[in-house]
Amino acid sequence: MVISHSKEEIFKILSEIPDPEIPVINILELGVLRDVKLNGEEVIVDITPTYSGCPAMKMIQDDIIAKLKENGMEKIKVNMVYSPAWTTDWITEEAKEKLRKYGIAPPEKSTSDKNVLLGGKKICPRCGSENTEIVSQFGSTACKALYKCLDCKEPFDYFKCH
Amino acid sequence: MTKEEALFKYILRIADTNLILGHRLSEWIGHAPMMEEELALGNVALDLIGQANSLLQYAAKVEEKNKTEDDLAYLRNEREFYNTLLSEQPNRDFGFTIVRQLLNDAFNIHFLEELTKSSDATLAGLAAKAHKEALYHFRHSSAWTERLGDGTEESKNKVQNALNELWRFTDELFEMNEVDEILLKEKIAVDLKAIKPKFEKTINEILQRTTLNKPEKAFMQRGSRDGKHTEHLGFLLAEMQHLHRAIPDVTW
Repeated sequence: MVISHSKEEIFKILSEIPDPEIPVINILELGVLRDVKLNGEEVIVDITPTYSGCPAMKMIQDDIIAKLKENGMEKIKVNMVYSPAWTTDWITEEAKEKLRKYGIAPPEKSTSDKNVLLGGKKICPRCGSENTEIVSQFGSTACKALYKCLDCKEPFDYFKCH
Repeated sequence: MTKEEALFKYILRIADTNLILGHRLSEWIGHAPMMEEELALGNVALDLIGQANSLLQYAAKVEEKNKTEDDLAYLRNEREFYNTLLSEQPNRDFGFTIVRQLLNDAFNIHFLEELTKSSDATLAGLAAKAHKEALYHFRHSSAWTERLGDGTEESKNKVQNALNELWRFTDELFEMNEVDEILLKEKIAVDLKAIKPKFEKTINEILQRTTLNKPEKAFMQRGSRDGKHTEHLGFLLAEMQHLHRAIPDVTW
């Protein structure tokens, strides 16, 4: 049986899969879904891990297989690619806006700058104030740090620049 | 030794150090001095075990014996592990853990930066990700070393004693053998001799910001490159491997 879906259609189907930890963005916007290849009856999906130890990766793999099976595809292979390494710069601008609305301060740009990677002012996703401070360098998931806003007094997550 | 055998051992060295250190840090879960540190130590452990997972997957592929990353993690014995002696040292108190992490992180940030230039694309890609994580870990361990090293008399003593005790495991981090020789020729491995001055500079910079002293003399220990370990590794493996060996093929 030859696959009746085109590469573009498969991308569209897969873009319905949300990130398991941050359901407002999908795996395409997150930059995890890298490529789809069609090889006769087989669909090969390339994904790249975000943080080395992120437990969501296994779930994303399972979700991809389930989603494609739902759409009538049977032979599916999910490939993990490591090079080039994922960076938060691959998160689309629209997705960053979705993160902000969800209450997570999106990562800053340009990860080659060590100062951005490690420090810099974070903007409160609720009131937009720059008057914020770090509470904990590590947060509830591998991708987040914990901050608080000194103006609106709300704590918030910051998506770590990676 | 063939190039593939050397590469297998080289990957195990990096993977095992991450796996064992990650397991050590996971022992802090439920015991950390405060909530933020509970999260921090657990997060660092997760990064390290995640890195070990990808590396062991790659090692299994290179070995071509049809094994999985779990086989390599859970079914090897003590003498087949190549993690550094430093990584297997017990947690003791929080200050001791922080100094162990600092020494490991200071090595890693320079080592991984060089490994991103490896001619082996998989190792280079894994190193690029791990390097960013190592920088983040280093920020944590160095900030705590400064805080404790300049804190109370008690915190300073604890960190200084930890430094004095752990310093003897630092020479081994830079030890090279036949594995390195073979892989350096292929531009796969990192020249550890070139990393050592960078490591020392980093440590000196941190210590200068505190009242801590760098240990002058230490009787340097070695052995992990040959699979010879301190007495602590066996106990750690017994706990880490118990479930997998008691119930083979167990899954969640």
